[in-house]
Amino acid sequence: MKTKLMTALVAAVMAAGPAMADLKIVDTSYRTGPYGANGIPFSDGYQDYFTLLNERDGGIGGEMINLVECETGYNTEKGVECYEATKGDGSLIYQPLSTGITYQLIPKVSADKIPLHTMGYGRTSAKNGEVFEWVFNYPANYWDGASHAITHILEQNDGDISDKSIALVYHNSAYGKEPIRTLEGLAEKHGYDLTLLPVDHPGQEQKSQWLQIRRESPDYVIMWGWGVMNQVAIQEAVNIRFPMENFIGIWWSGSENDVKAAGDRADGYKALTFHNIGSNYPIYDDIQTHVVDTGKAAGAGDQIGSVLYNRGMYAAMLAAEAIKTAQEIHGTAAITPEMMRDGMENLEMTEEKMAALGLPGFGPEFKVTCENHGGNGFGAVSQWDAQAGEFKLITEYFQSDQDILQPLIEEDSMAYAKENDIELRCQ
Amino acid sequence: MFYREAGDFKTSYTDDSQTFPIKFDRYRYYAVLLVAFAVVPFVINDYWVNAVFLPFLIYSIAAIGLNILVGYCGQVSLGTGGFMAVGAYACYKLMVAFPEVSIFFHIILSGGITAGVCLLFGLPSLRIKGFYLAVATLAAQFFLVWLFNRVGWFYNYSASGQINAPERTVFGVPITGAETAPWAAYLFCLVFVVASAIIARNLTRGMAGRKWMAIRDMDIAAEIIGVNPLKAKLSAFAVSGFFVGISGALFFAVYLGAVEVGEAFGINKSFLVLFMVIIGGLGSIFGSFAGAAFLVLLPVLLKNVLVGGLGWPTDLAAHLEFMIVGGMIILFLVLEPHGLAQLWRVAKEKLRLWPFPH
Repeated sequence: MKTKLMTALVAAVMAAGPAMADLKIVDTSYRTGPYGANGIPFSDGYQDYFTLLNERDGGIGGEMINLVECETGYNTEKGVECYEATKGDGSLIYQPLSTGITYQLIPKVSADKIPLHTMGYGRTSAKNGEVFEWVFNYPANYWDGASHAITHILEQNDGDISDKSIALVYHNSAYGKEPIRTLEGLAEKHGYDLTLLPVDHPGQEQKSQWLQIRRESPDYVIMWGWGVMNQVAIQEAVNIRFPMENFIGIWWSGSENDVKAAGDRADGYKALTFHNIGSNYPIYDDIQTHVVDTGKAAGAGDQIGSVLYNRGMYAAMLAAEAIKTAQEIHGTAAITPEMMRDGMENLEMTEEKMAALGLPGFGPEFKVTCENHGGNGFGAVSQWDAQAGEFKLITEYFQSDQDILQPLIEEDSMAYAKENDIELRCQ
Repeated sequence: MFYREAGDFKTSYTDDSQTFPIKFDRYRYYAVLLVAFAVVPFVINDYWVNAVFLPFLIYSIAAIGLNILVGYCGQVSLGTGGFMAVGAYACYKLMVAFPEVSIFFHIILSGGITAGVCLLFGLPSLRIKGFYLAVATLAAQFFLVWLFNRVGWFYNYSASGQINAPERTVFGVPITGAETAPWAAYLFCLVFVVASAIIARNLTRGMAGRKWMAIRDMDIAAEIIGVNPLKAKLSAFAVSGFFVGISGALFFAVYLGAVEVGEAFGINKSFLVLFMVIIGGLGSIFGSFAGAAFLVLLPVLLKNVLVGGLGWPTDLAAHLEFMIVGGMIILFLVLEPHGLAQLWRVAKEKLRLWPFPH
């Protein structure tokens, strides 16, 4: 027993498992801590989709997927440890689901040549593929989200919001600060008044911010929150009787876990999204048969069909499609991280593709190119229906204000290129 | 048998008052240095450096710094995270403003700047003591984090509010940035750790250290025998700040490369370093190393054993890790309130007599 334990210990400390020819995917999840409520459904969806592919199709292109999970706790130090522990043996892709960890990993993945996909989060200017060779953030990013929120408000006010005031309640971190620049740019264009209200990690204490909202009574509140901060903010908004239909959250602040705690009065709360919601898709039958019924569902298996579960599944689906594309390009099933990058850069999501996968109309159509790693910036607004207990889409997909965003992305990515002596690609 | 004073004759005062008076200890110390400098750099890879060695070395410096303040001078501080942030932001501003100067000097300068800030926040210690001082330093923690979040100048007005370490070299070898070789980052930090430990050790057994300890043991008595409390307390704050600043600068520039002040240098960091000092042993340089090793390595080891070795679910392992580490802290405080350093001392006493204890 003792020797056995010691061997296990030594093997464990050596960390990296045996090299396998499988397609290695690392799920840097967080199922603990103040952000666990949001991390669990995403990770479940991510894992279940790959389990489905393994069970139903025997992997991708005949190669089984080897899924490795690593707990980061939304903490950058642990995230770095996870990355270093798992990056060997040809890990194909990293999706840290944390803007903080993304910023750590951008220089590291560029040096180690492993693609990084930050879907709807991370560094917005990574959209510029000329500068960020290894980083992708399709199909939408934070600045798109900021623009979507403003466009939605514009629509509700017949295109004139010059006399309106908007407050941004944000997580006081790289994540929450991302939209500020865009919102300021849009404020110049549309003439609204912007108030910034930072909330410190983890966000359980927001009394003073909402007191200020109550005093200044802005017409709209936009929120960039995550984890426990969402629940608290929605509860506080309910407490001060803020009209919920004027309260718009980014896509990371729009899951069932965030609104349910506030009860019926959260009804009408809006959140953005860049993919469809609900479990009314053919793929859910397959997940039921191949994953749930065989007892292989990740986690407790109680998150299936929730907003963040769908998003995790969407992230896995995009990764799987990129693997397929890479396999086609290079004519081999066992791809390397470098081939994976080519697959991501040539990825094209069409309606037929999604329908064939059992997810018709699930996300926007987009095509990744060498210059554009960020898709076309389509998103929609969803609204919480407390009676039915689900979010419902209330708009079509619409595009963000590219006139404002493109120069900002250009400016920020060029500054990064200059700081780090990066030669522009795609010339 | 091997570990004893007998037969090791000291013929000068210098010999008699050296750090390791026992021959065996001395050779062990040289052996550790030799392995650390000449063997480890050749065998480590990215994982060992980033998950084990860099955090251990950097937290050791922070623990040494805090140990001088709390362990030697008896001034409780909860502002370590904030002071590390000062080191990190000072280093960032210096790196960006003077790219042609070696990063080595930037880190030392950051330590100096932190010493100044720490001195400023040490002023209340002349009037208040104990828990009240802890609260005053807690204010420093929150104020500094707020400051670095609020004032754009500190992070050069970057959109995300983060600071990123650009690539800097020492003798042409990159030390910061993504292209850094594992051995370079390791050796760079090791040099700072060894230098800090030697300086701290010699300060604490010299006149300065004796003054600090006099203040710690009873400040009124110390004042009566001629120790100036103003100078003693403030010098402890400054020296402590210097080391903590260096560790903060290394933490940002070499270890993480990109830092968000609220997350990297929050109140949790202050507590973590304080726990290191308490578990390692108050008033002991060795204790600082032992405490840092305990709190850095144990979670990594547990994680690798539970998830990598036994294949348990990651969330279960993460929760168990909290319980085990927390339980061990309590166990240590109950069974050995003087920390790991005391265990080491007891072990050495036993070794002297071994194998004939009578």
